[in-house]
Amino acid sequence: MNIIEAKKLVYEYIRRDEEGNIEGVSRAVDGVDLSVNQGEFIAILGHNGSGKSTLAKHINALLTPTEGTIFVDGKDTSDEANIWDVRQSAGMVFQNPDNQIIGQVVEEDVGFGPENMGVPTKEIWERVEESLKAVGMYAYRKHSPNKLSGGQKQRVSIAGVLAMHPKCIILDEPTAMLDPNGRKEVIRAARALNQVEGVTVILITHYMEEVIYADRVFVMDEGKVVLQGTPREVFSRVEKLKGLRLDVPQVTLLAYELQKAGVNLPDGILTPEELAEELKKVRQSEDGRQ
Amino acid sequence: MAIKLEHISYVYEADTELSVKALDDVSLEIPDGQFIGLIGHTGSGKSTLVQHLNGLLKATDGKLYYNGENIYDKDFDMKKLRSQVGLVFQYPEHQLFEIDVFSDVCFGPKNLGLPKEEVEARAKKALRQAGIEEKYEKQSPFELSGGQKRRVAIAGVLAMQPKVLILDEPTAGLDPKGRDEILGQISQLRKETGMTIILVSHSMEDVAEYVDRIIVMNKGKVKFDDVPKKVFSHVNELEEIGLAAPQMTYLMHYLKKEGFDVDEEAGTVEEAKVSILKALGKDREAQKGQGGRAC
Ligand SMILES: Nc1ncnc2c1ncn2[C@@H]1O[C@H](COP(=O)(O)OP(=O)(O)OP(=O)(O)O)[C@@H](O)[C@H]1O
Ligand SMILES: Nc1ncnc2c1ncn2[C@@H]1O[C@H](COP(=O)(O)OP(=O)(O)OP(=O)(O)O)[C@@H](O)[C@H]1O
Ligand SMILES: [Mg+2]
Ligand SMILES: [Mg+2]
Repeated sequence: MNIIEAKKLVYEYIRRDEEGNIEGVSRAVDGVDLSVNQGEFIAILGHNGSGKSTLAKHINALLTPTEGTIFVDGKDTSDEANIWDVRQSAGMVFQNPDNQIIGQVVEEDVGFGPENMGVPTKEIWERVEESLKAVGMYAYRKHSPNKLSGGQKQRVSIAGVLAMHPKCIILDEPTAMLDPNGRKEVIRAARALNQVEGVTVILITHYMEEVIYADRVFVMDEGKVVLQGTPREVFSRVEKLKGLRLDVPQVTLLAYELQKAGVNLPDGILTPEELAEELKKVRQSEDGRQ
Repeated sequence: MAIKLEHISYVYEADTELSVKALDDVSLEIPDGQFIGLIGHTGSGKSTLVQHLNGLLKATDGKLYYNGENIYDKDFDMKKLRSQVGLVFQYPEHQLFEIDVFSDVCFGPKNLGLPKEEVEARAKKALRQAGIEEKYEKQSPFELSGGQKRRVAIAGVLAMQPKVLILDEPTAGLDPKGRDEILGQISQLRKETGMTIILVSHSMEDVAEYVDRIIVMNKGKVKFDDVPKKVFSHVNELEEIGLAAPQMTYLMHYLKKEGFDVDEEAGTVEEAKVSILKALGKDREAQKGQGGRAC
């Protein structure tokens, strides 16, 4: 059984006036099919308002489908009896950490999830320590989360989810507020979690560089999945992505521009190292010709 | 609106166990019309610093001057300062409160005492500049996606037509096209109006592309203050303080090491492209092909 199995998923936000009459309906997710295997690293891209967060909120039952179905770890999220299980299987980190921090002290906040799950006290502290270290916030364990800067808060909320040892973790733009180093740490932590612990990771981001390690990338537009594939496949479609208000990593763009200028390079280059290697080959063949 | 900071320090929760020295003896001069990038690790004091610039926070120590006037003087007109120095907060939710998007953007100019038509014209213009379509105007700002909220917050400040525009992480949460559009708009606005822009950002790529001066904060102090190329030449020191150089700079350093004759200071895709084509001896061909298409 797949960890996530969505079929023809539709979600509509309904706007009502003061009397409760329907004023407007906006279809934020429009017929999405999504199956994710346990242990996969999935990235979701899409322009602002394309439906990423709405889709993500279905994975931990914060929203339930208007039409269609979604099963998480074999449980139908529309069945209210499953909500507790679903939330335990799938933890979510939001864009804005302000809305998710509850504790008065960082370590308390991170321990809150496992405590609620009935994890024994000794293990709670082990989990708190390991999670805070994973995001580089261990030194702040005694601080008050409300007084941390934006980026620091974001790392604490990620630690809070990590501490619950979920099967699947959904990161909705977790790095939007982080400095380059913090961004690297979080992505590294997510990859380690995925590779070492086998946790399924769903990463939503507007930073194209962050998705090059994903197993599969889904691209959304107007509530639909319009493109999917490996990062290399997806990022080979430079013009298509630009048409969807997206981009490719800077080095991919550079390689594409060089290609157009007549340099012989393969499609979908993803890292500076790869490009450098290819440019060396180009140089060799040019030298050979002279 | 030239701004001058003299030995500014700021302590949160002074005299408690949890006191934090967020700014530590910061001195800076910000002349009219510059486009400044303010970068630094999380918690380095960027948001604290920019909140001093419109008087939201008052320095624990030090002096701050606008056009030579000390803003901490008793009779300084703080209200006027706030109308001329626009600040877009790091978290747009902190800025949105009206019942619908349009009223939200009207709030600032209305408070300036402008006539209704002017207020509404400004709001319309600002919303379009920030990339919000008309169909969202009657919607509650809280029923928008993350990126849409941020655009509305930006529009709210643009509608004030400030002399100094401070944007605290304005592109966090925007899609790539949105990032380019907003920064392009702001860059254009600066050219047209001579407005001073201060951009707080964690994106080294954005900063490399748009600003003409970078101020680097580290633990409440100014670590570097120079043109982008010079700042990004300190790659190792930047990494030590949690930052990085733009991706292009790394590539260029690497290529140089591999014996390519490239410009190590290239920080944008366009600069890197020009430099690599030249190193490969393909610059002539490229120019013939397609003249200077920006990417
Ligand atoms: N609470 C809400 N009420 C009504 N409409 C909403 C609400 N939240 C989002 N929407 C609308 O649903 C659509 C999808 O929003 P969603 O938040 O899923 O987008 P997103 O892809 O996550 O965007 P972003 O990149 O900006 O975070 C948008 O048109 C948005 O305006
Ligand atoms: N309201 C507050 N009370 C107490 N300390 C605070 C408060 N706000 C910020 N701080 C502390 O002051 C320091 C500077 O914070 P500031 O928010 O200015 O950093 P920043 O550079 O904007 O960070 P980020 O990139 O994460 O937004 C940090 O150590 C932070 O923990
Ligand atoms: Mg979203
Ligand atoms: Mg900040």
